[in-house]
Amino acid sequence: MTAEEIKQTLVQRLKSIAPDTEPSQLQPDDNIRQSLGIDSFDYLQFIVAIDEQFSIETPEEDYGKIQTLRELTEYVAARVKG
Amino acid sequence: MAGNLVTYRECIKQAIREVLLGDERVFMMGEDVGHYGGAFAVSKNLLQEFGPERIMDTPLSEAGFVGAGIGAALGGMRPIVEIMTVNFSLLALDQIANNAATLLHMSGGQFNVPLVIRMSAGIGRQLAAQHSHSWEPLFAHLPGLRILSAGTHEDARYMLAPALLDPDPVIIFEYTSLLNVEKELPVHAGSIDISKARVRREGKDISIITYGTGVYKALTAAEELAQAGMEAEVVDLRILRPLDDETIMASVAKTNRALLVEDASRSVSVSSEVSARIMEKCFYELDAPVQRLCGAEVPIPYPKHLEDAAVPQPAQIVSMVKSILQHDRV
Amino acid sequence: MIEYKMPSLGADMESGFLREWRVQPGDHIHKGDIIAEVETQKGIIEIEVFEEGIIGELLVKINEQVPVGTAMATILSEEEARSGIKAVPTEAQKETIVAPPVTATIVQPETIPHPHHIRASPLAKRIAAEKGIDIATIHGTGPDGAVTRDDVEHAIAAQVAPMAEAPKVAPAEKPVMPEIKAEAKPKIEIPEIPKPTATPTTAAESIRMAVAAAMSKSNREVPHYYLETKIDMSKALAWLSETNKQRPVKERLLPSVLLIKAVAKALIDVPDLNAWWENGLQRKESINVGYVVALRTGGIMVPAIHDADTKSLDELMQALNDLIPRARALRLRSSELADSTITVTSLGEGGVETVYGVIYPPQVALVGFGGITEQPWTENGMLAVRPILTATLAADHRASDGSTGSRFLTSIKNYLQQPDKL
Repeated sequence: MTAEEIKQTLVQRLKSIAPDTEPSQLQPDDNIRQSLGIDSFDYLQFIVAIDEQFSIETPEEDYGKIQTLRELTEYVAARVKG
Repeated sequence: MAGNLVTYRECIKQAIREVLLGDERVFMMGEDVGHYGGAFAVSKNLLQEFGPERIMDTPLSEAGFVGAGIGAALGGMRPIVEIMTVNFSLLALDQIANNAATLLHMSGGQFNVPLVIRMSAGIGRQLAAQHSHSWEPLFAHLPGLRILSAGTHEDARYMLAPALLDPDPVIIFEYTSLLNVEKELPVHAGSIDISKARVRREGKDISIITYGTGVYKALTAAEELAQAGMEAEVVDLRILRPLDDETIMASVAKTNRALLVEDASRSVSVSSEVSARIMEKCFYELDAPVQRLCGAEVPIPYPKHLEDAAVPQPAQIVSMVKSILQHDRV
Repeated sequence: MIEYKMPSLGADMESGFLREWRVQPGDHIHKGDIIAEVETQKGIIEIEVFEEGIIGELLVKINEQVPVGTAMATILSEEEARSGIKAVPTEAQKETIVAPPVTATIVQPETIPHPHHIRASPLAKRIAAEKGIDIATIHGTGPDGAVTRDDVEHAIAAQVAPMAEAPKVAPAEKPVMPEIKAEAKPKIEIPEIPKPTATPTTAAESIRMAVAAAMSKSNREVPHYYLETKIDMSKALAWLSETNKQRPVKERLLPSVLLIKAVAKALIDVPDLNAWWENGLQRKESINVGYVVALRTGGIMVPAIHDADTKSLDELMQALNDLIPRARALRLRSSELADSTITVTSLGEGGVETVYGVIYPPQVALVGFGGITEQPWTENGMLAVRPILTATLAADHRASDGSTGSRFLTSIKNYLQQPDKL
């Protein structure tokens, strides 16, 4: 799975969690939650969704490392390969 | 049609002629009513027609000649006393309030005073604070008097005869600003009553309740309002004491809103009284607070534009009605 | 026979549009069943019943505008249903059956709360009383929002006129309920409703208006007092982190759940704040925590978490999982909109430290939580850096006093020091 594919999947997931936002407009280094106005509840749903989608397990202490689209794409890419 | 038009002045004159012709107990007295023909030419030529016994010039003493009028009335005559302008009436207030209005009561019903006092009132001819007064509320306050306000040509012409038939003192307010106004006089069969207010124009949206010079102003305003789709009913109070509650309440019950208009200053005015009565008797018919449009609380100024600004004008009536009906908002 | 009436889904609600009947005459219903969908400013709301029985008549047609308090359906007991349904009524009989309940509700004076402190003209009040309409449900368009005769007459017309005539009786400039275009449309087709000009047409605008009305009422009528306390969250967060570590991501808990539970338990200790102010203090048996959900398009929805005090943390989390997405989609149930006995708003994620809230009437209290930030903290004479949460209480001074509020905040604070017992 390429980084671009991962990114596209993430954007789709964000769109379904927060249908009234435009995740496709996100810049790689934008803070996702701040830019889209996503609260902790939505964010938890998002993590649940990507964990299911990519069959990974994201521990709570990692939340701080995955705040931008770039970070998140790299994080997922590393785990999917591993 | 012009042939049918008649001035307010001519209406008063014909009213006086009618009663002089109809009852020989009737005579008129006042300052300059005879040889001069009346300060406002109302009684011009009446001296020539009826003679000095029935058209009597008096000395410049309101207390004196009003007192004489009371005496004549007590003695079986039917005097019409003209007080030139309302400001002079205060000189005779002792006679009016302490004698005319109270003798029936104080004599234990033995002496009634069938006196009629006519006076020119109101503003609008640049007579300044000296001669421009709307003191109807002052007199309407006094028990024992019947207070009439001739706001129309019809009343100027037909109120005098029934006033003379009243066994008790009657004051008729006439309006100098209307003297030269020409109107078509309605054909009238017999006398008109002096106990009822009159609906001068029917409408369903608001009652404009007024008297005196307010009547024609309200009718003008109602005309303009009608063109904007608002139907104002104009109620002419005519009798300021005792007030005709029945007509007032019937109108308010129909329109559910009331605007009270008068030249007299707002505080403790006829409108104050009418407003209070509407609250007492008609509260549950009201769809909006009763509003008043009255004279400014000032001595009347001399300059025309300030004089106009001191009393309600049709444009103000129109805009006030619009605001009560929230017409501007829609 | 019971009349099922249009419920009020908040102090600001005047009426709603019936969009769908979920039941038919003859259906058996039980407490909690959804019998209809009603469109309000807050979206499509599923209306529940609180009676057992059998649906008799449906008194309101689809797409009719229904003022709060209007009879919508009759609910019969078993016996009534047996005697009534035996013979299928003819059309003529139906008429006579249908008509009385409608008139009956219109002229039952005892169902009309006496219109105290309602700004309305005397005439409007009199007509409303004569026609049996609760003047509090009528939207006033007169000076300063006074209800006038026109408003009452429009309300009467809206109540009795068949749908076909609605455009005539509800002039475009005076809509009582604006149309809502909810994101999640129900399956049914919504016919064109006369669209008012210069009135809210989108869900966001409509919700804005609803919030505006409720908050204005609160600010006008409720004398607020405010208290604030700082809470050391180190124990609570440590417990949460430990707990979440052992759970799959799907079952993780959010800090909000701890806060809601602490509030609910504190309300058991201080019941005066779990109440409504309606002609005096009315304490509520159930502790239903209204949780503020901010909508990204603006506006808020405040669904109730029923019986929050008896729910476990997991159950509370499930409740949030269920409620928040439905709140965002404007698909809540009537009880979820109407039953809250207190409001909790958590604004910490936006970065603020302290929240001074506006109470949602008729509730008497609102708890505001700010963000959890690391702050210097002294304990036993020692200075440390701790995660600190600022909790505020906005309370109705008619209903309680500062000492009550203070006990309540202290109680919340204490519960959060023992997260394992929550």
